[in-house]
Amino acid sequence: MEFLSDIASLINSTLRISTPLVFAAMAGIFAERSGVIDFSLEGKMLMAAFVAAVGSYFLGNPWLGLLLAIIACVSLSMLHGFASVTYKGDQVVSCVAINILIIGLTTALAAAWFGQAGLTPTLNEDQRFLEVNLPFAESLRDVTIIGTIYSDILSGHYIFVYLAYLSVPLVFWVVFKTSFGLRLRAVGENPSAVDTAGINVFAMRYKALAINGVLIAFAGAHLSTAVNANFFREMSAGRGYLALAAMIFGKWHPKTALIACLLFGFTDALQIRLQGVELPAIGEIPVQLIQALPYILTVVLLAGFVGKAIAPNAIGQPYIKER
Amino acid sequence: MAPVDKSKVPWWVSNLIVPLVNLTLALLVSGLFIFIAGENPYEAVRLIIYGSFGYIEGFAYTLYYTTNFVFTGLAFAVAFHCRLFNIGGEGQAYIGGLGVFLVAINFSFLPVPIVWLLSIAGAVVFGAAWAFIPAYLQATRGSHVVITTIMFNFIAASLMVFLLVDVIRDTAQMGPHTVALPKEQWFPSFKDFAGLFGIKIRYSPLNISFLLAIAASVFVWFLVWKTRWGYEMRAVGHNTQAAIYAGISPYKNIIIAMCISGGLAGLLGVNEILGVHHKIVAGFPAGYGFTGIAVALMGRNHPIGIFPAAFLFGILYQGGSEVTFDMPNITRYMFVAVQGVIILFSGALENLFRPQIESFFVNRLNIKASA
Repeated sequence: MEFLSDIASLINSTLRISTPLVFAAMAGIFAERSGVIDFSLEGKMLMAAFVAAVGSYFLGNPWLGLLLAIIACVSLSMLHGFASVTYKGDQVVSCVAINILIIGLTTALAAAWFGQAGLTPTLNEDQRFLEVNLPFAESLRDVTIIGTIYSDILSGHYIFVYLAYLSVPLVFWVVFKTSFGLRLRAVGENPSAVDTAGINVFAMRYKALAINGVLIAFAGAHLSTAVNANFFREMSAGRGYLALAAMIFGKWHPKTALIACLLFGFTDALQIRLQGVELPAIGEIPVQLIQALPYILTVVLLAGFVGKAIAPNAIGQPYIKER
Repeated sequence: MAPVDKSKVPWWVSNLIVPLVNLTLALLVSGLFIFIAGENPYEAVRLIIYGSFGYIEGFAYTLYYTTNFVFTGLAFAVAFHCRLFNIGGEGQAYIGGLGVFLVAINFSFLPVPIVWLLSIAGAVVFGAAWAFIPAYLQATRGSHVVITTIMFNFIAASLMVFLLVDVIRDTAQMGPHTVALPKEQWFPSFKDFAGLFGIKIRYSPLNISFLLAIAASVFVWFLVWKTRWGYEMRAVGHNTQAAIYAGISPYKNIIIAMCISGGLAGLLGVNEILGVHHKIVAGFPAGYGFTGIAVALMGRNHPIGIFPAAFLFGILYQGGSEVTFDMPNITRYMFVAVQGVIILFSGALENLFRPQIESFFVNRLNIKASA
């Protein structure tokens, strides 16, 4: 039975670790489907983590922290839109600027307000999100298989984990089954046609970026007010880029992006378990190599052994309305 | 606002006035950050100027940082002319440093000047090799270099820590660094030169790599603007489809541009290893690679602009460390944020006031001409 519980705990950590990636990938889908490149997922996630942790420390309520994180991330998305949609600046440069700005600003402010280490104070139980135990999880635990799946894998996660996986069908529905989604995709593929149809291209892109900001805020809040109880320097650790790679690998589609996110999550869960383990025939793998696995996987996935990724047609190009 | 006829705009308006306005805006926003962190921005500016110009060691530090930023700024600029965002300067510099060290330690039987030349070549080759894989994937598979180069930064960091802990660590010492190179291989420092003229200074990281930075700037200028290859590369960057019709291979140019970019970033390792640390220290690129992005964008991707931009960031770094000594609420991360703001205003938002400024000057010149 130890094998079974090993597998269960591996799947459990995969679901938890993939959560911020799923939110970020869904956020990326909205921005990029509308034709705006979003490398700034990384910076926004870090900003959300910082604001959520500081907000809930001062206000004593993690939901208020989350609300502030949403406001902060939507503002950053608007800044990105202002630079790259309204002022037609280079979208990648705008993203790089936001990422570097946020890496610096969050750590600098954490150090200025809470001391030189750049950590925010540890949140107590009232200030952070706690694990949610699903009903009957305890009583069902001893039932074979079903008990393991329900009690050990599905139950006992933070609220964000459930929200992340619920967001996937929701995003699918919005992007592919509503008229808003149709317009969103059209703006990313052929903005001048959409303009001709009387739809405001700029407004569509701003709306997409606003939704993007809301979604990415959840990823950051998950990091600093749920799995961890504080913010620390560069705690997003490249997850924004991993999520973007997952989204590209998933061909800008929620379902396939989810699978790619789970793959990243699984690699990460596996690398944590592999540390210090002696493997038969290979021996102990150096810890640095194991830690680099998600990054190597990203490159491999982007190299696209599933074929060349086709981005939305108008991605990266500012829309210039003819006069 | 109606766009102005570009040909009527004097060069000093678009290349001097507009960047200066953008820089001023960026510094104003940065001042706001310092205020939010609970310190006096005016006092911070005074400390920055004193720290970077106020005494000879400080000024030498400013030039030492300038050296690093010239390398990483040129690196970003070369790739950018091919419309590639090489944000992997950090990793390429790290691996470039490995190249410098391995060459210097293994060829120590050769005369010193030859070892230096070989080490510089080692830096370029290692840096270029680290940029090659992202370049190849971009050229053949369309894998966006922004993501792959960032991943290669992470991978380089892991690889170097692995090497420094398990393979090339100085086993007589505790920290994750290698043994020191033989003393005769060390680059002559500013301290040595100052000593020749009877000026005594305590310590200076400034060394003859500064001259290498000047040489690299001239090289990039010549390569990008005066050779056929530079023309092809810029053509690919400007309009890939048109370049293909003209018989220029984007595939080849993407790879060459990225490799040269990586090689230039690798030169940072020459300054840091032959000039300063004389060994590989974990994490020696210390963010210089990222600062190169801001330097290049501020310098409008031209060596003539990059040099003063690198100097400006040198002032900001050296003056900034003076600030962090004197102001307990300010850490070096504040200056990372300042870089972000500068990239934002001089890169992404460069068109914010450009039309207004350009039409202002064009109208004034017209009035003068007709008067």
